[in-house]
Amino acid sequence: MDLLATVNWSRAQFALTAMYHWLFVPLTIGLALIVAIMETIYYRTRNERWKGLTKFWMALFGINFAIGVATGLILEFEFGTNWSNYSWFVGDIFGAPLAIEGIFAFFLEATFVAVMFFGWKKVSPGFHLASTWLTAFGVALSAWWILVANAWMQYPVGMEFDPDQMRNVMTDFSAVALSPVAVNKFFHAVFSTWTLAGVFVVGVSAWLLWRKRNIEAARLSLKIGTWVGLAGIVLTLWTGDGSAVNVARVQPMKLAAMEGLYDGKVGQELVGFGFVNTDKKPGDDLPAIHAEISIPYGLSVLANHDPNSFVPGINDLIKGVSLTPQGDTINTVSYAERISMGREAREALAAYSTARKSGDESAAATALKTLRDNYKYFGYGYFDEPADAVPPVATTFYSFRVMVITGGYLLLLFVMLIFVYYRKPEFLEKPWLHWVCIISIPLVWICSQAGWVLAEVGRQPWTIQDLLPVQAAVSAIPSSNVVLTFCLFALLFTMLLAAEISIMLRYISRKSKTNIME
Amino acid sequence: MTMDNLQLLQSYWWLLIAVIGGLLVFLLFVQGGQTMLFCGATPEGRKLMVNSLGRKWELTFTTLVLFGGAFFASFPLFYSTSFGGAYWLWMLILLSFVLQAVSYEYRSKPGNIYGRNTFDAFLLFNGLVGCVLLGVAVGTLFFGAEFTVQKSNLLNPGNPVISTWAPTHGLEAIANWRCLLLGFMVFFLARTQGALYFINNISDTKDFGISLRNRVLISGTIFAILFIGFVAVLFCTTGLRYVDGEFVSEPNIYLHNALDMWPLAAMIVAGALMVLFGIYRSAFSSSYRYGIWWTGIGSVLVVIALLLLTGYADTAYMRSVIDPASSLTIANSSSSLFTLKTMSYVSIGVPVVLAYIVYVWYKMNKRPLTAAEVNADSHSY
Repeated sequence: MDLLATVNWSRAQFALTAMYHWLFVPLTIGLALIVAIMETIYYRTRNERWKGLTKFWMALFGINFAIGVATGLILEFEFGTNWSNYSWFVGDIFGAPLAIEGIFAFFLEATFVAVMFFGWKKVSPGFHLASTWLTAFGVALSAWWILVANAWMQYPVGMEFDPDQMRNVMTDFSAVALSPVAVNKFFHAVFSTWTLAGVFVVGVSAWLLWRKRNIEAARLSLKIGTWVGLAGIVLTLWTGDGSAVNVARVQPMKLAAMEGLYDGKVGQELVGFGFVNTDKKPGDDLPAIHAEISIPYGLSVLANHDPNSFVPGINDLIKGVSLTPQGDTINTVSYAERISMGREAREALAAYSTARKSGDESAAATALKTLRDNYKYFGYGYFDEPADAVPPVATTFYSFRVMVITGGYLLLLFVMLIFVYYRKPEFLEKPWLHWVCIISIPLVWICSQAGWVLAEVGRQPWTIQDLLPVQAAVSAIPSSNVVLTFCLFALLFTMLLAAEISIMLRYISRKSKTNIME
Repeated sequence: MTMDNLQLLQSYWWLLIAVIGGLLVFLLFVQGGQTMLFCGATPEGRKLMVNSLGRKWELTFTTLVLFGGAFFASFPLFYSTSFGGAYWLWMLILLSFVLQAVSYEYRSKPGNIYGRNTFDAFLLFNGLVGCVLLGVAVGTLFFGAEFTVQKSNLLNPGNPVISTWAPTHGLEAIANWRCLLLGFMVFFLARTQGALYFINNISDTKDFGISLRNRVLISGTIFAILFIGFVAVLFCTTGLRYVDGEFVSEPNIYLHNALDMWPLAAMIVAGALMVLFGIYRSAFSSSYRYGIWWTGIGSVLVVIALLLLTGYADTAYMRSVIDPASSLTIANSSSSLFTLKTMSYVSIGVPVVLAYIVYVWYKMNKRPLTAAEVNADSHSY
């Protein structure tokens, strides 16, 4: 088995399925909320026009929901099929959130979504409304558990290493389920889905306005989409700030990579514009960023909420930071030392295992102590040199900027739409406004995808931060097999995405020629 | 905590896995029903079938996801070994379910690019491949597989993967006649139950081509023959038992387990009789609609009992045919005491989940589905 090729193709396959999955899931979560709001208005007013509007958006929700479910199935099982070592090494901790997600969230969705679609004449209006809200709650609950699992990979807590089983075991469920990284990640992701769904609703409504069809439905939808989207983007930016602080504390290498920062300092600026020098390597004298325009103190504020704080760069982290006036959470152990400790931990584990088999409890106890003392950097033992632990800088750098710039644009968009709606309603008839909204639809997806690229590429080369790098997490499958399934899923998902977009466009076009609110 | 608690929790979680597996087999009536779409039904008949199944497919899908998730949480070494090893077997199963998930929603929507028949063919593919291969995958539990588990590989950076599988990565299981026997048994049970579900859920089945009751009889009879064959093969199978720190080969191990744990044998007999009764009553009556519940509950009982037979009494529930020491038991493959205990608290919520599923099922299925209702529904498939 060609380990490196298998690792790379397994990563590519997981990235492919995750990115496709995240095309559909945010719309599902966000649109579920908007549909529930509309149905609540219908329930309170008993105005059949609101029922028609609810059904219009519910149909789009349904088209998207199905493909989100389909792509999610692959993701769950890929932890086993492509990352079998990972499944054993941390399955004791990681499996629990997935199982809880299945028991509580998926069944809630699966059961009540059927009522949502088919129950209008079979259950009472109150029961139907409850089903819609339970579906919306179910999809958000599902996000909670999968993001708990993801956050744990980035910030492993609530566990200890079991040397007899050669795996990690859970010791504190609440630490896993309520870790600050998990909580922040959940809210950041869910609020971003409100933003995305808000833009989608606004964009579709703007198209109706542009075509001068279903004006009332379009205006009402635009209003709700704008408010949900505005709330979403404001809260996403707020929790994004929390994400940056978390990253600075628990994944400082990711923060350094997303800034292309090699040598940090007190009062570190933020790169506002620039191009990554792809020839740059840790420790050399080449410039890191070309054509740089920086915001003074920006990164120190972003990372630590303190303009005079120290932010370490890639070289600082590799060499070990010796002076951290404010950066009290930054570990100062050099990467060379971490590699040495990781190897020592591995050798101690081997010695422990041998001693246990031979019944030498004294030697086992000694080896165990060495293992425990060095286990924190167990994963570094798989690296040959410190540079192996540096994530791809360019991808991380650019994805961060794409996310922030498009996110900032979306904030402006929603603020403008609120202004227009309440102060300049005549602008709602302007084609330029319609097209700004329509063009924003792909932008919000780009923003959302960029966020996940940043989160996942930035934590490379780890599957579990500091404990398990990707090359130690894979399954023993020839790379040719993974190449084949990668191509298969790439083709399949692309075909299904094309069908989804085509169905949505046809549905919107067809319904626009009828009275949506009937 | 004592070791007894751990053993109890391992047994409890294996029971939960068995229950989820049983419910999954019951819910495969959706897949079974999908295999009838092209069997002589008119377009109207097919539409009615799809819309009947389309209100339940997510339950089957979710149960499959839960089956995987529960295995991951409670027996991660199985998850790691089987999924990472029998790669193609699981990938084909997943592929069939991915195709299913979009097909209901997309089949009749204008602009679906590939046409209704393509999506119906996806449903057929899922019905056939999903059922047979899930049976084959479970067959590896009863009949073993070519794999090794060496946890110390983790200490070797050049070759860190702890489990290895036969080079064909699951295709060999698909070619194993005993696994296929189980696969086709599951398939014909699903077909039988699919027909029974239509009888239960649809008021007018004149557009379905061959009579559903004939289908129950034909598929049910084939299932019964395969079931007898499977039980005979199973009871003749040699397995491994973990005794005094090592795996010991034992001929007829499942028969011995059935005799030693006689309530499980009784469950198999009772379940099989319920299935047969459901088939008989539905096939030879012109108006009986409740056969699905007899076969459904019966099949759940049989699956639970069979899975318990393979996991309890220190039996290797997945036997390595090339390295007995690598075989998996519920003791050596489970999660830690802490995780099993935590997940056991979580499982207390399962009855609530079951309760609302049953309630919603009752509300939605109170009246049989009619063509008029489907045609009037703006969300119909």
